[in-house]
Amino acid sequence: MNNTQHTSHQYNQELEAARSKLMTMGGLVETQVTDAIKALLERDSALGEKVSFSDYEINTMEVAIDEQCAEIIARRQPAASDLRLLLTIIKVITDLERIGDEAEKVGRYAVEMTETASYGDLHNSLRHLGEHVKAMLSDTLDALARLDVKQAMQVVSNDQQVDEEFDSITRQLYTRMLEDPRNIKDSLNVTWCARSMERIGDHCKNICEYVIYLVKGKDVRHTNLEKMRDEILGND
Amino acid sequence: MTEATLNMAAAAPQTHKPAAGGREEFAHDITGTVGKPFLDGKDTKFFSRGVNVFYTGNKQAIFDVNVDIGRNEVIAMIGPSGCGKSTFLRCLNRMNDTIAGCRVTGDIRLDGEDIHGKEQDPVLLRARVGMVFQKPNPFPKSIYDNVAYGPRLHGLAANRAELDEIVESSLTKAGLFKEVKDRLQTPGTGLSGGQQQRLCIARTIAVSPEVILMDEPTSALDPIATATIEELIDELRQSFTICIVTHSMQQAARISQRTAYFHMGKLVEVNNTKTVFTNPQHQLTENYITGRFG
Repeated sequence: MNNTQHTSHQYNQELEAARSKLMTMGGLVETQVTDAIKALLERDSALGEKVSFSDYEINTMEVAIDEQCAEIIARRQPAASDLRLLLTIIKVITDLERIGDEAEKVGRYAVEMTETASYGDLHNSLRHLGEHVKAMLSDTLDALARLDVKQAMQVVSNDQQVDEEFDSITRQLYTRMLEDPRNIKDSLNVTWCARSMERIGDHCKNICEYVIYLVKGKDVRHTNLEKMRDEILGND
Repeated sequence: MTEATLNMAAAAPQTHKPAAGGREEFAHDITGTVGKPFLDGKDTKFFSRGVNVFYTGNKQAIFDVNVDIGRNEVIAMIGPSGCGKSTFLRCLNRMNDTIAGCRVTGDIRLDGEDIHGKEQDPVLLRARVGMVFQKPNPFPKSIYDNVAYGPRLHGLAANRAELDEIVESSLTKAGLFKEVKDRLQTPGTGLSGGQQQRLCIARTIAVSPEVILMDEPTSALDPIATATIEELIDELRQSFTICIVTHSMQQAARISQRTAYFHMGKLVEVNNTKTVFTNPQHQLTENYITGRFG
């Protein structure tokens, strides 16, 4: 990636259009996630419904961006950083679309759980997990917009904490279900929501790995953090 | 929109911005050749070190080129017009000797043997290192005589049967025999452009070279004839080392194992073709293959 322009201005514009559409999609997904978590924690069924109805916008954007990228590949045969940019966009929108699906699920459960008496201790844990996931998504989108490898690596390492928080919520839910089987239905609903949030964290991690690939040209998927750090820092 | 979204929108550049934490390590100047210009001695067909070429008036065309060319590999040389890629190619079989006022310095060895050595006969060198040019240039003779010309000159056939054999096998290797076997005595110039180019390749192969140099061999051909030649290049790689100069980056990407990028007479980068086209190591290579040059 560099600031030297292509000889073809039209090519510049095509790549820029795909890129800015990706950013718009990212913004949309972020709003969905924020609203879904808010609906869940504040028992706002109207907001929950809005989230589950708005998912189609994200799906439509995914299809449109895919088509745009396919056209650029067919017309321009991109190479090097342009090729990596397009591959990254195509991959990132898949993860963004899935984050959208998870937000939609949380929105649906939020509607269903408006009747639940109380989350008890879980409220705090869910709020904490929600905040963490929202911050992760926001950092991910920042890293993507700024092509910031350091921030991307930070997000990848944060994912572990999200996983731990999810495990802790699961343990709390086991106890709750064992205490009183009447809690099982609500507890399962809470489990699905927590699970969706945890999955959002995983998708953020994937996106950050693509950012590293885009900037550094190194595929760091399926490697551990230590190795990733060595690979990336070894390049500086 | 949340705050982060707004930040993101602000950060989304209108044009390509330098990657933060990205490619600062990219070299912008040419201090030496980046990538993997050198090979293990045993895999090396051509060895070149410190090659400079000067034209009349001491005008330097290429500067200190150091690169190894591997046995049975296709190496593509790319770069903008006037970058010195064809000049370097012509050093490899001393074609530059034929240009008045042209002077080549440096060490070039073919299988360890100095091609500028006193006992080296340039005519014999050019039999070992054949060349195919941009425009098909068959001799104004029959198809048969075009191919038989080299073997006759170098006395490679003891009798007519042997010569027939060489002509047939060369035309077969060049993928042309089936198309012309019934009209070997007709003029080579009567063939189509793609067939003429394959005839020139057959003519080159007929003297059993070790290396084939190709200077934009398909730039005058249509896409189908080009595809045939590219397919042929891949087959020829089994028996020969091939150095190809091409203006088509897609062609370099399709047919070569290694790619060398020249810029203003300097060899900027030599790398595996996959690396050059997905993650080049030098900013100038990146600029050229992504169309940011100039």
